[in-house]
Amino acid sequence: MSVAQLAGGRVAAVVRKAATRDPLVIAAVVVVVGVAVMAVFGQALAPYDPDAIYVGPVSAPPSLAYPFGTDDLGRDILSRVLAGTAPSVIGPVIVVVASSLLGAALGITAAWFGGAVDGIASRVIELIFAIPGLVLAVLAVAMFGKGLLAPTLALAIAYVPIVARLIRAGARQELGKPYMAALHIQGVGSAAICFRHLVPALLPALFAQTTIGFGYAMLDLAAISFLGLGAQPPASDWGVMIAGGQPALIAGAPEQSMFPALFVVLTVLAVNVLGARVTTWAERGER
Amino acid sequence: MNAGVVRTLAGKLGELALTLFLASVVIFSAVLLTPGDPVAALAGGIRPTPELIEAIRAQHHLDDPVWQQYLHWVGGVLTGDLGTSFVYKTDVAALIAPRIGVTVLLVLYTAVLIAIFGIGSGVVAATRGPRADRAVLIGTSIGMAMPTFVVAILLIWVFARVLGWFPVYGAGEGFLDSLYHLTLPAISLAVLYIAFFSRITRGAVVGQLHAEHVDTARVRGIPRSQIFRRHVFLNASPQILAVSGVTVAGLFATSAIAEQAFGIGGLGSLLTEAAARKDLPVVQVISLLLVVVFVVLNAVADIAIAVIDPDSAKPRRNA
Repeated sequence: MSVAQLAGGRVAAVVRKAATRDPLVIAAVVVVVGVAVMAVFGQALAPYDPDAIYVGPVSAPPSLAYPFGTDDLGRDILSRVLAGTAPSVIGPVIVVVASSLLGAALGITAAWFGGAVDGIASRVIELIFAIPGLVLAVLAVAMFGKGLLAPTLALAIAYVPIVARLIRAGARQELGKPYMAALHIQGVGSAAICFRHLVPALLPALFAQTTIGFGYAMLDLAAISFLGLGAQPPASDWGVMIAGGQPALIAGAPEQSMFPALFVVLTVLAVNVLGARVTTWAERGER
Repeated sequence: MNAGVVRTLAGKLGELALTLFLASVVIFSAVLLTPGDPVAALAGGIRPTPELIEAIRAQHHLDDPVWQQYLHWVGGVLTGDLGTSFVYKTDVAALIAPRIGVTVLLVLYTAVLIAIFGIGSGVVAATRGPRADRAVLIGTSIGMAMPTFVVAILLIWVFARVLGWFPVYGAGEGFLDSLYHLTLPAISLAVLYIAFFSRITRGAVVGQLHAEHVDTARVRGIPRSQIFRRHVFLNASPQILAVSGVTVAGLFATSAIAEQAFGIGGLGSLLTEAAARKDLPVVQVISLLLVVVFVVLNAVADIAIAVIDPDSAKPRRNA
């Protein structure tokens, strides 16, 4: 069995176990799957051209023709929310995948070699931890200009310490177990021990952290766009839409801000519920 | 203070200095890592004239080796010479000074809200039975998915259109008027952290409620309120303090979002605006300031924990 299959099997078992016992988890899975479908097919599902202005009246409340209403330029909000799913989701995915890979590599390296390597790795972890993610992202914008790419990469780095600390602690614990010594005595190679035994043992904890990290990354990137430093208008990004709707909000038409905000909150809520459950199951699986 | 606390203090100060030094190197090197000419990076979003190019080269000692450039920059920051913003055409210090007050006030206001409602609801959840626990759990689950910008637009909508009790724009004049103006921004910053602190507090208090020494105190007939104060909450407080430094420091960064939403001219909105205009000298100084706040507050929290719980200061093997 390959590492991926092994991990997939474990993760699937964890998710299945959780779902049968907890309806909240089923609801969360429905939301996550729904958002994933919107991310892939959003553009195609949109009833109107998301960027076309004056497809309807200006700042209209929800109606049959415009289920989420229209914004201050007469654009269809539902179409824009659907089209905005992909850009709002891809960034957080990049952040968690990159920070998980980097963080796991750093954490395992620190735990495996110990001593001076561990010292240096721990110092790097402390250093990155001292620079808040939002600050690193804003610094990246000042260097490379507005847009989502620089903040996304900055957040990927900013999220490394959380993963690295978790994996370092987990790897130290795992490496101290008797079966690790037994594998060494049997003459199993270091690479095989690392990738066949150590990494699979750490995957549930890593998966739980990745799930939770996705929610935080989504909030951070939406905040960057809200601040006007990420995706730029007229892009249909959720953060941009929330910020752009503020004048209409004060004028009494909340739809433009509220609907994308609702989707941000629902997505993060669902991912947090899943993350909490996966963490619980990962911890129980350890015992 | 015993030897363990003193040793922790010394160790913490050393780590603090090293982390600050490394962070300042990272922030300084932003100029070098920016694509293109460092002169263009330091000039920000404006097109420099030949005279300006000369001025920038001289002020940032761009003809010297990189390590000397770093020393000039960090030396300037330490002696209060924060450099010049070529975008705003003024001293960075003159830009920052009038804006620090409102941000500090906003962060402190938010911290007070978090302490009262976050710790308060956590204690209620831990001590007032399963129904209260369930209610707080549901509330905190929602709160943890409510970022500052979402709470901000909800509050703006409710208070600008429906209630009108609090102003939704500007920072106000004078202390009381400022507090009045900063109420909604502070709430918008606090919600997520209230949920977070509620969870941490609940966990810490529940962990102590069933500890042996608490049972002993109960058997000895010590009043409940005294048991809670002296035996439960005091022992739970290190876990709460452990996240407090990070939280308050983080508020200085996320304050930018509330400032943007409510039109407050603070440090965060200056950081955002400077980044949008690629004004690297301003962004560097504010970033460094935020990192200093972060590292110092974290160290203060660690020291407070070491004073309350000297055991935590003992060197741990394999920790």
